[in-house]
Amino acid sequence: MEKRVVFRSSWLPWALIAPQVVVITLFFFWPAAQALVQSLQQSDAFGTSVEWVGFENFVNLWNDATYLASFYTTAVFSVSVAVVGLTLSLLLAVFADRVVKGALAYRTLLIWPYAVAPAVAGVLWLFMFAPSVGVVSYTLRKLGFEWNHLLNGNHAMTLVVMAAVWKQISYNFLFFLAGLQSIPKSLIEAAAIDGARPWRRFWTIVFPMLSPTTFFLLVINIVYAFFDTFAIIDSATQGGPGKDTVILVYKVYYDGFKAMDLGGSAAQSVILMVIVVALTVIQFRFVEKKVNY
Amino acid sequence: MRLKFSAVLFASLASLSAHAQTEIHFWHSMTAVNGEWVNDLAKGFNASQTKYKVIPTFKGVYDESLTAAMAAFRSGNAPHILQVFEVGTATMMASRKAIVPVGEVMKNAGVKFDPNAYIPAVAGYYTGANGQMLSFPFNSSTTVFYYNKDAFKAAGLDPNAPPKTWIEVAQAAAKLKASGHQCPLTIAWQSWTQLESFSAWHNVEFASKNNGFGGLDARMKVNSPLHVRHIENLANMAKQGLFVYKGRTSVPEPTFISGECAMITTSSGFYGNAKKNAKFDFGLSTLPYYPDVPGAPQNTVIGGASLWVMAGKKPEEYKGVAEFFNYVSSPEVQSESHKRTGYLPITMAAFELTEKSGYYKENPGTDVAPTQMIRKTTDKSRGIRLGNYVQIRTIEDEELEQVWAGKKTAKEALDAIVSRGNELIERFEKANSKN
Amino acid sequence: MVERRPLLTAFTHLVLILGVIVVAFPLYLTFVASTQTSQAIVQTPMPLLPGDQLVENYTAALTGTGGGAGAKTPVGRMMVVSLISALIISLGKIAISLLSAFAIVYFRFPYRMFFFWMIFITLMLPVEVRIGPTYKVVADLGMLDTYAGLTIPLIASATATFLFRQFFLTVPEELLEAARMDGAGPIRFFKDVLLPLSATSIAALFVIQFIYGWNQYLWPLLVTTNENMYPVVIGIKRMISGGDSEMQWNIVMATAMLAMVPPALVVILMQKWFVKGLVDTEK
Repeated sequence: MEKRVVFRSSWLPWALIAPQVVVITLFFFWPAAQALVQSLQQSDAFGTSVEWVGFENFVNLWNDATYLASFYTTAVFSVSVAVVGLTLSLLLAVFADRVVKGALAYRTLLIWPYAVAPAVAGVLWLFMFAPSVGVVSYTLRKLGFEWNHLLNGNHAMTLVVMAAVWKQISYNFLFFLAGLQSIPKSLIEAAAIDGARPWRRFWTIVFPMLSPTTFFLLVINIVYAFFDTFAIIDSATQGGPGKDTVILVYKVYYDGFKAMDLGGSAAQSVILMVIVVALTVIQFRFVEKKVNY
Repeated sequence: MRLKFSAVLFASLASLSAHAQTEIHFWHSMTAVNGEWVNDLAKGFNASQTKYKVIPTFKGVYDESLTAAMAAFRSGNAPHILQVFEVGTATMMASRKAIVPVGEVMKNAGVKFDPNAYIPAVAGYYTGANGQMLSFPFNSSTTVFYYNKDAFKAAGLDPNAPPKTWIEVAQAAAKLKASGHQCPLTIAWQSWTQLESFSAWHNVEFASKNNGFGGLDARMKVNSPLHVRHIENLANMAKQGLFVYKGRTSVPEPTFISGECAMITTSSGFYGNAKKNAKFDFGLSTLPYYPDVPGAPQNTVIGGASLWVMAGKKPEEYKGVAEFFNYVSSPEVQSESHKRTGYLPITMAAFELTEKSGYYKENPGTDVAPTQMIRKTTDKSRGIRLGNYVQIRTIEDEELEQVWAGKKTAKEALDAIVSRGNELIERFEKANSKN
Repeated sequence: MVERRPLLTAFTHLVLILGVIVVAFPLYLTFVASTQTSQAIVQTPMPLLPGDQLVENYTAALTGTGGGAGAKTPVGRMMVVSLISALIISLGKIAISLLSAFAIVYFRFPYRMFFFWMIFITLMLPVEVRIGPTYKVVADLGMLDTYAGLTIPLIASATATFLFRQFFLTVPEELLEAARMDGAGPIRFFKDVLLPLSATSIAALFVIQFIYGWNQYLWPLLVTTNENMYPVVIGIKRMISGGDSEMQWNIVMATAMLAMVPPALVVILMQKWFVKGLVDTEK
């Protein structure tokens, strides 16, 4: 998707883009390059002895069956988070867009959770699902459902997906709502006059018009599920039971940040970056072509 | 109010006049009431002399402050004193060039320092192979056993005779279950209470080379027949509903407070919480053991954190650090800290002082933890010092969960802990053997 | 509303109410917990209706009489630090992202796509792997314990750049053609046409980035060694006891509610503006 008409200037675009490029070079690429270097090293925590080990960190990962298993866990987790999160927030946004009375109240209540700091959100989820004393696990048990995310891997996965979706739902909602409200009402009215029912109108007009938003959110949600969820997993399940909720980024976070295995952690993040770059290129090549601007 | 105001005024005047003070930066991870305790320690020390000023800074929970210190050290901004959790001990030790052993700091500063004054099982954990104290024991707790006296009464058990052995625990659990208790026993900090402390308590090796004290080439040995027997025993109890798994680390503790679980093995630091929030009468006892094992019970293993002195500072500043440590370990301050926080006293003198003050009589059960510790340690019970131990603890959690879920036998899980753990130890050995 | 369908309207409300209940429940729980005694919270089941300790708990949280170390640090000062950093971060992000998206969409220059990808890819560099090296850069630049150190490294934003790019692509080409015919240069077009059109996106992004800035925890913890430069999230975190020791959940929750007020206000107030902006563009 390109503009046909553009401005011409030999210096202006550089000047416009410069601040962003300076900041990311200094605070993203330079540090990331150091991380790359670290993936080829093994060192003690304080960096007083550094040894080049070539690809040994990568070989160690390749030989670690539990690392390979976490690819599957990650796939299940990210697809669930993206699909469930987008579906629910689109549903809520479509309905919120219809409402006349009380619209503000609904929106406010739906957006508010977004203000919760992740550090606090993790505590809240733990608070609700704490074994048997948490409000939700207690209620489930009273309802006759034996909730046990401590020993049942599926329950644990459900829990972390729910928590991850919850934290992202306001964000998605905000964007879907903005997208919906920017669709000219005249288009929808015209369709209504032609006799198209709400359901049909949604699929023939609204959904295609929303596709740029949906695409944007898809990318953001996949990236979110891949990278920003380790705090949730850390507070809700700590990767357990067994390794059933250890997704790739949790292992990166855990090894590098808690266990101080910098080389191993750096190697994992290199792998992670390669995967996500590949995924994104695929998304751009195949999905963006179908997106309606 | 006015008094407070003048005190503040005085304090600010004092700090103005004493601008030549040497500042000692102390990064810690103490939250809530314990954070207040650290601030008060610094305040007390700063008021006791005029040359040095200790500035405590909360730098996030243990792993966060360690990461912060690593980043700071690499760019020359490390603090003088860093609080590091016990499982990070091997990591700190291996970074020889980044730290200064506490023994050396004290010696160079000319501060009188007798390592023998410290409780062996506390100080031993942080002492090097050559007998030199590497880090300063600060906040230590150990593993003890709590039981709900009201539940014991209701089940027809004697509330003043807690089970001492694992056989008695199983019997008590069966009675509690029969009286309608859904969760007779639960376990917090499973790797610490059921593997680490369990090994020391029975005087069996947790890992070769004196549990890693003897060198980086130690290997795990938790798949011994005794370990398998114990985990099998717990697995059987889990199958019969006598032991209910409630999560990793301290997560199970609220189930004891709420009355759902009648017995729990966890940290001695849990006492204050239980005392404040439990609506029933409870008691403390020593960790259960198997009486047929020779040498049991020995002593239990500590948890908590110690203070490390970072390298690259001025001699004058190290002198201040030594003075601060000297202040913190004085019997009066120690005893006060022990009563206030529930952490173990670190010197024998502090323990005796606390005993003399009648504190243990007024708060029955609080002496269980210290008495578990004031024995002479053996090579097998001094503590655990293995590289990459944070990750190994997670492996232990993962594998034990497989046992409680019935997916693995005790033997399979313990074998897996040994083989997966040894891989990590080997890697650590390789990364750190060069210095 | 396009047409009247009472049944559908009722169903709409039902779905929204259900959504609100599920989404807002954890927040409600926080509020309830902040009105109880600390003993009541640790019982099973925890009360689900507000208790009578509201005034006591909030007073304790504000004056620091009951919450231990966390509450005794000046909450007011922390809120100011949070506010300043959140504002610098959100406004900074919007400014540099608008400019770079403008350059990428409305200009042709060498390596244009390279720059786009370069910015975009920063989405995929997990913070915790590069946090050590990033700290070193900030330390070498002498930005520890400063607002610059707290904010500038967080200002780069792939999300915002990407969003503005997507938005600019939907702006009709005719507008640019018309502007060019009027003889408007790029700066004027940006100022008079693009900026007003982007008002809603800017509003939405401001909300998002303000909250992002407000909720920072790990980064401020690393780059500041002076407790005077701590934002309020660190204040809450240090009230939450890490291990076995007792904790006053009620005070923690009250402080959490207090810390939530400014970002929540931004969300709510900006929302009105946001909706208005949307209605305006529809004209």
